[in-house]
Amino acid sequence: MLEITDLKSRIGDSEILRGLSLSVKAGEVHAIMGPNGSGKSTLAQVIAGHEDYEVTGGTVTYEGHDLLELEPEERAREGIFLGFQYPVEIPGVNNAYLLKAAVNAKRKHQGLGEVDAFEFLKLAREKMAVLGMDPKFLNRGVNEGFSGGEKKRNEILQMAMLEPSLAILDETDSGLDIDALKAVAAGVNALRSPERAIILVTHYQRLLDYVQPDYVHVLSQGRIVRSGDKSLALELEERGYEWVREAANA
Amino acid sequence: MATESENLESLVNRRYEHGFITDIETDSLPPGLNEDVVRAISARKHEPPFMLEWRLQAYRQWLEMKEPKWAHVHYPKIDYNEISYFSAPKSDEDRPKSLDEVDPKLLETYDKLGIPLHERARLAGVAVDAVFDSVSVATTFKEKLSEAGVIFCSFSEAVQEYPDLVQKYLGTVVPRRDNFFAALNAAVFSDGSFVYIPKGVRCPMELSTYFRINAANTGQFERTLIIADEGSHVSYLEGCTAPMRDENQLHAAVVELIALKDAEIKYSTVQNWYPGDENGVGGIYNFVTKRGDCRGANSKISWTQVETGSAITWKYPSCLLRGDNSVGEFYSVAVANNMQQADTGTKMIHIGRNTSSTIVSKGISAGRAENAYRGLVRVMPQAHGARNHTQCDSLLIGKQCGAHTFPYMEIKNPSARVEHEATTSKISADQLFYCRQRGLSEEDAVNMIVNGFCKEVFKELPMEFAVEAQALLNVSLEGAVG
Repeated sequence: MLEITDLKSRIGDSEILRGLSLSVKAGEVHAIMGPNGSGKSTLAQVIAGHEDYEVTGGTVTYEGHDLLELEPEERAREGIFLGFQYPVEIPGVNNAYLLKAAVNAKRKHQGLGEVDAFEFLKLAREKMAVLGMDPKFLNRGVNEGFSGGEKKRNEILQMAMLEPSLAILDETDSGLDIDALKAVAAGVNALRSPERAIILVTHYQRLLDYVQPDYVHVLSQGRIVRSGDKSLALELEERGYEWVREAANA
Repeated sequence: MATESENLESLVNRRYEHGFITDIETDSLPPGLNEDVVRAISARKHEPPFMLEWRLQAYRQWLEMKEPKWAHVHYPKIDYNEISYFSAPKSDEDRPKSLDEVDPKLLETYDKLGIPLHERARLAGVAVDAVFDSVSVATTFKEKLSEAGVIFCSFSEAVQEYPDLVQKYLGTVVPRRDNFFAALNAAVFSDGSFVYIPKGVRCPMELSTYFRINAANTGQFERTLIIADEGSHVSYLEGCTAPMRDENQLHAAVVELIALKDAEIKYSTVQNWYPGDENGVGGIYNFVTKRGDCRGANSKISWTQVETGSAITWKYPSCLLRGDNSVGEFYSVAVANNMQQADTGTKMIHIGRNTSSTIVSKGISAGRAENAYRGLVRVMPQAHGARNHTQCDSLLIGKQCGAHTFPYMEIKNPSARVEHEATTSKISADQLFYCRQRGLSEEDAVNMIVNGFCKEVFKELPMEFAVEAQALLNVSLEGAVG
């Protein structure tokens, strides 16, 4: 589904990704771990198409096509979802309105008819029940005055509504209390299917207690320095990132 | 990041879509202004002597006044002798009795503006008094209105048919010498709308007027007078567009509203005069005096405006809260793009007891535009228990535009409660990326954010107007979900 080969990227003058390769197949859940500044968020932003990150080398293929050719909104409509680490507030714009516009933008791209308000509401309420969200959320401004946990749940709600083929969650677990973490995990697990792939970008293995990854990769200085199964995350937790860094330099 | 802001600018730089000129023979006065011109205007309109006298006094007062310079706008000196003060379609002599008799080219013009009179009027239940340049050419639903006793006609017609009402109320809210442009208007105004709602009558439909400046070099000076008698209610809609021309055109209108005891007037404007091109060439100078007088107890006047056009806007729809418990409201969205300049706001003058006023102003600046809110809240010594709430928000798009807020408060009664809130924000690259990552185009994202910003004002507009206002800002309709 996603094939990243020798990807290099920089923001301004600083090079962040220095030859990263990663292969993700449908049905898989990958966890990307690593210390601050190792390039985890950059990877997520580059896949989503943020213009501040310049790709200076390598290729990214998604469903057999050159992903780097596409505008951010085209990538989204093709089924790529990024759960933001810091979701922005958009005052005055109704949460339901953005959500409905997003769902319909994708449906239109797929040649499907737009969902009407009634269908949309029904679907949204179902998804919100799973996430333990108050339906009143829909009528608030997008992330306006939301707590950290509410913002992250809102990201998961958007993901649930958009049913992406490839979901990338950028530190969605950070700053969550245990209930919110469980709700987020439930949302992610509900999305798991043989047709979909999920990339979890995370600092801690805490989330991985609730969402079992198929693969764990450790990023250091813009490269994947170690890959393994879930046990790698546990080992990291125990021994710290210093251990990986040393191993990488050795 | 440079490309980001350029993209933003290109999004808001859309071509003016109403820039066409209707080719109709017109009957115009040669450019220039003197007493003879004032007499000629009055004569062509067969006005009674009191009107001519009123105009002449205004003209003499105007001669002694100076153009105001305090607004935060800049423009070359206007030569008032280069303007033609009267322009009417030739068919003025035998005015159309119904829409079928209206010059098809005029109707075509309205179609291009998106107001097909036939359908629109019937479907929406809107009576339209369309002012084309200076003479009113089509009035619909007159009969239904007259059944209710409502008078809705052109100003010229009112001068002929209801001279007593005109004489009683004309200039009582905006006196001739109120300001330079109001005095000019009083001297040379050519037409406009007149509304009278009798005691206890709730006007059975929204009243609507479309103004349009067509002839080149014609200043348009309309005058609108609306009187809501005791216990009556009326909602009035005004829409404006003008064709694209390289030279600047002057628009100096006066609107007077009078609400007697327990009466309510809601006045909504969507102003889309030609703003000039991206280099500031051409466009309308929109110097307008609008004022409402809450003359009776428990009366209410509400102004809602969406100002997207004009090269320069200088406009402060105001309320004189004279009646006890009277209420004044001002809801405004002002968009300034490219080289547009807007200096707009309101004045709320609290005179009666327990009067209250609400001001919500949303300014959007883009390109190299300058957008200023200027508002005055004055509480007179006798105005016990006055309350005001002002909210003033600015949204900036791009890096070269400006937003300014000039709030004035003159509080002379210690029991007053006056609140002022102001915010300034920008459409951020992060907001746009967030929306695009959810599959929205950049254009849709900007529209959605702008629309969200203006929501409090749009919800004050009558339904069909709200739709038009949103279309004007090129935003998609926000679904009424929930």
